Amino acid sequence: MSIDMQQFHSVFFEESQEHLDEMEHLLLELDVVNPDNEQLNTIFRAAHSIKGGAGIFGFDGLVSVTHVMESLLDKIRQGKMAITADMVDLFLGSVDVLKGILTSYRNHTDIDWAAANRLTELLESATDGKVNSQSKKSKKDEDQGFGFFTDPVLGEAQESYGFFEDIDQKQQEAYGFFEDLPATPAAPISVVEKPVVAEPQTSSSNVTANAPGNSKTKAADTSVSAENSSIRVDVTKVDQLINLVGEIVITQSMMNLIGKSIDGSLGEKYQSISAELERNTREIQEAVMSIRMLPVSFVFNRFPRVVRDLSQKLGKSIDLIIEGGETELDKGLTEKLVDPLTHLVRNSIDHGIESADVRVARGKEATGKVTLRAAQQGGSIVISIMDDGAGLNREKILRKAREKNISIGDNPSDAEVWQLIFAAGFSTADQVTDVSGRGVGMDVVRRNVQSLGGRIDIDSVEGQGSTFTIRLPLTLAIVDGMGVSVGDQTFIIPLVNIIESMQPAEKDIKTLVGDDQLLLVRDQYWPILPLYKSMQISSQFTDVHKGIAVLIETNKHKFALFVDALVGQQQVVIKSLEQHYKRVQGVAGATIMGDGSVALILDVESLGLTVAQKNPEFLAKAS
Amino acid sequence: MEPALQKSSLTTVDQEFLTFTLGDENYALDILTVKEIRGYENPTKIANAPPFIKGVINLRGDIVPIVDLRIKFSVGQATYDEFTIVIVLHIHNRIVGIVVDGVSDVVSLNKDQLRPPPDFGVAFDSRYLLGLATINEQMIILVDINELISSEEMGLFDSTVSVSSKE
Repeated sequence: MSIDMQQFHSVFFEESQEHLDEMEHLLLELDVVNPDNEQLNTIFRAAHSIKGGAGIFGFDGLVSVTHVMESLLDKIRQGKMAITADMVDLFLGSVDVLKGILTSYRNHTDIDWAAANRLTELLESATDGKVNSQSKKSKKDEDQGFGFFTDPVLGEAQESYGFFEDIDQKQQEAYGFFEDLPATPAAPISVVEKPVVAEPQTSSSNVTANAPGNSKTKAADTSVSAENSSIRVDVTKVDQLINLVGEIVITQSMMNLIGKSIDGSLGEKYQSISAELERNTREIQEAVMSIRMLPVSFVFNRFPRVVRDLSQKLGKSIDLIIEGGETELDKGLTEKLVDPLTHLVRNSIDHGIESADVRVARGKEATGKVTLRAAQQGGSIVISIMDDGAGLNREKILRKAREKNISIGDNPSDAEVWQLIFAAGFSTADQVTDVSGRGVGMDVVRRNVQSLGGRIDIDSVEGQGSTFTIRLPLTLAIVDGMGVSVGDQTFIIPLVNIIESMQPAEKDIKTLVGDDQLLLVRDQYWPILPLYKSMQISSQFTDVHKGIAVLIETNKHKFALFVDALVGQQQVVIKSLEQHYKRVQGVAGATIMGDGSVALILDVESLGLTVAQKNPEFLAKAS
Repeated sequence: MEPALQKSSLTTVDQEFLTFTLGDENYALDILTVKEIRGYENPTKIANAPPFIKGVINLRGDIVPIVDLRIKFSVGQATYDEFTIVIVLHIHNRIVGIVVDGVSDVVSLNKDQLRPPPDFGVAFDSRYLLGLATINEQMIILVDINELISSEEMGLFDSTVSVSSKE
């Protein structure tokens, strides 16, 4: 292949990818009972475009599948045949196979011809009207939801599995094949992870025989990802730009400061120019920051498919509602959100939403509702996964916790109980299914979220549903912090860890043996950690009641940080201290303040550790 | 990126050195390691750092540690005024600022002008010295600044010298 052809190929791959995504999207939206002709036409056109392009480049795998798809679609849109839910399944399966083939072509890996051939036959038999007759039977049950007719089908799937390689497949096998598909993770939808998908598909045993001379080289370009009209820029370049713009903002604010001391008409002129410069630099900063931003729908868009597959598999009927998909999020964050979100959505469907008969018995609609919502709140992004299912079962969780010897207080609050499900190996599922219940997961979810600088909260009412709320910073490079001063230095405490700040009353401060002190806040004792001692600097106050106590909660520790004063809340850009120096105990990084000076960002987790080491007996009491 | 000036690498070809003073003594370091020279500004202190590490400053967005060589080697008085100088060095892809009493000149030296360093009598351990030279009847001590700054004794880098190219 010449270089020039390669260029056209990549355009074709990207276009086909878009067509496939569109097809999938439309298929999911399609109303089976009363299909919109325009939608059918669009699906048809998408298949046709792929076929046309593939024909030109000689991608036979794509041509053969899209051709039969086209025939069936043509019959449907001409009204010769009524579309059924089974056909939608079949088409969705085709989209998956096509994506697989596309990925194989793109990465020069072997194509799963077996899957393609199976699919072609299924589509052909469907075009001949066989699927149609079968599905008429199930159509009667349609009102009762998808769940009803998937169950018997599942049984058939196993029976018919062995015949797959047979050439004359009956329509029942059609189900077998497609019920089988969801078992391979729904990853083929994913745009980013596509190259990975190519592997399981190529590992099929009788595939290579049919594959034309495609070498198995998984070259460097396996990481090709489908991006629409955009330029690819090295992230470090963008980060460098962000860094520099941050510097301009600081320099500008310093200039502003100087400008205020110039008197007379010159000073006025200077200040008006300086104000203009300020506006421009802010705009540049926003524009540069937005380079890294992606709408969160990049993540959300995969969930309709996940929910559909899963609800069929579990025989539950579920509506997925997506809100706020246009909310923008740092690219690095969106990529890392996929796993925890998928896990939470699967959890909601498997554990949260009850089966239809239980729901009806409880006086709810038979169809469960799962809502994915994203919104920006101040400097953070809030993503919630809500379901109207059974809610968390307090008793069950407490019982499990005792079984697992997880220590809990005598009368824990709901919030404390819900936190228990994040413990490693914790699962309240009665049965381990292949969807969930093994208890690996929630701890991983929480760890993932925390590694992004966020936190996760649970809100749940038994019988009414649960809400999982993930709170994330807008970007990885910025943290919402509270500035505190000790002596002449400023420190930044990440806002997520602060419970509250107060000037403690003298009577609430208890001194232990040695210097250690405790602060009594609403019947709870908090060990006091004077920041001036940890940072080895001199402070304005050494008596706790004269300064401010900031109550801090980390994953493992709770303590009161004693500082001189609060400076104010602000967003700060995290700079690495290790780049030119080394790790410092108790310090997570540094940031540059408005006046150009450096403030250290506190690592409250490791500060908490020093408290714990000093007061082991106290912590023993607390737990 | 930065020249790795080894003791053996000092050639007969002239190389340029930046001379600076610590107390009454004249020192010199390879000019190619120098990123810039700037006035002293109050750094932000760092916990658990030895006294000769004054803290960190903001160098156009980089957080750069500041080392006072006068404290480290007990020469001169560690006073800070508007004449106090910081030489910002670029070493092993890292940026470090060193506080000195003054910067005097740029001199060209070659191997022939170099005398072996004495075993005692200088504040610096001979490990960190390239040798001695005499210019205008003044003795100049050539410091192997790469060796000195990245030494364990300075404690500037994590012991597993992560010469990671973070930039």
